[in-house]
Amino acid sequence: MASLLVLGTSCQHDSRLVAADALSPAEGDARTLRPLSAFAALHSDEERSVAFFIEATKVMLHPRCSNCHPAGDSPLQGLEQRIHDPPVVRGPEDHGVVGMECGTCHQPQNQPLARVPGAPKWSLAPRIMAWVGRTPHQLCEQLKDPARNGGKTLAQIQEHSAHDELVAWGWVPGSRREPAPGSQREFGALIDGWVATGAHCPAEKTP
Amino acid sequence: MSLTLTVNGVEHHVDAEPEMPLLWVLRDLLNLPGTKFGCGQALCGACTVHLDGRPVRSCVTPMSRVGAAQVTTIEGLSPNGSHPLQQAWVELAVPQCGFCQAGQLMTAAALLASTPHPTDDEIDRSMGGNICRCGTYTRIRAAIKKAAGSGP
Repeated sequence: MASLLVLGTSCQHDSRLVAADALSPAEGDARTLRPLSAFAALHSDEERSVAFFIEATKVMLHPRCSNCHPAGDSPLQGLEQRIHDPPVVRGPEDHGVVGMECGTCHQPQNQPLARVPGAPKWSLAPRIMAWVGRTPHQLCEQLKDPARNGGKTLAQIQEHSAHDELVAWGWVPGSRREPAPGSQREFGALIDGWVATGAHCPAEKTP
Repeated sequence: MSLTLTVNGVEHHVDAEPEMPLLWVLRDLLNLPGTKFGCGQALCGACTVHLDGRPVRSCVTPMSRVGAAQVTTIEGLSPNGSHPLQQAWVELAVPQCGFCQAGQLMTAAALLASTPHPTDDEIDRSMGGNICRCGTYTRIRAAIKKAAGSGP
């Protein structure tokens, strides 16, 4: 809360930078998501929008989610984001290649005995939707760009975030894997809040 | 509960739960032991069969996923061992201990069905999930190329 109070005296700064600094994931609990009400003290919709988005990046940039949004041709595994083993490649349609398709091993649901994770539509995100290595600013601009978000409107991104079955897997990964922070409901609320306040993006931090 | 599945063109009725792995049904209920249990975690490929022509690891494939799909096992790859891959396997004496070879053949068969003349890279990418602890990989690759009409 102290950091929020400081905000009030920092209006000479770019508000997007201030919100980004004060509410960076590093300062909050990395395992939980704060509700929209936690950001009520911010002064403008733009500041809140940026703050909601940064809070939501705790989910999107968590390995449980970004492992299947790689910048390369292989999915990643684990919190340390190692290359997927057995070796697989994304293939022409992001489902692998014959003999090593996602569905060769992954089922529509987790397999507790074998510890193989699974969900409906198990697949890699297309390369244009890579999240690994993105800053919150880059991720935000990418999500709003129909050329890099699968042609989605903001409303469709809200729906996808809150209800998609493969997205939902991030919170029930099974076999003692660390779930994405918070819950899908809380994540969906943050994305809703971000859109409702204008879908503003955080500024790029300068080193 | 009673489940129906079609294996190698023959319809079977089995008493199994929807969660039971396809491999258990094949080996223990239908007495088709050509498909092998290796790791039980989809990490070795020994249990590979086809589901509507696409390779799957039967050790982690629940019966609930099989449904009306056509299951093909090594016993059904050809009626008499005459599949070009099986012939190439014999000619080049590919197997050593042999345990992984049914899975190797099933993946290779799907590869050739979709890619009749695969490159080395295409072979490696498709076969990368089928592990051979005897290290017969060079002979496997040669046999695939032979079956494709482009090998030794």
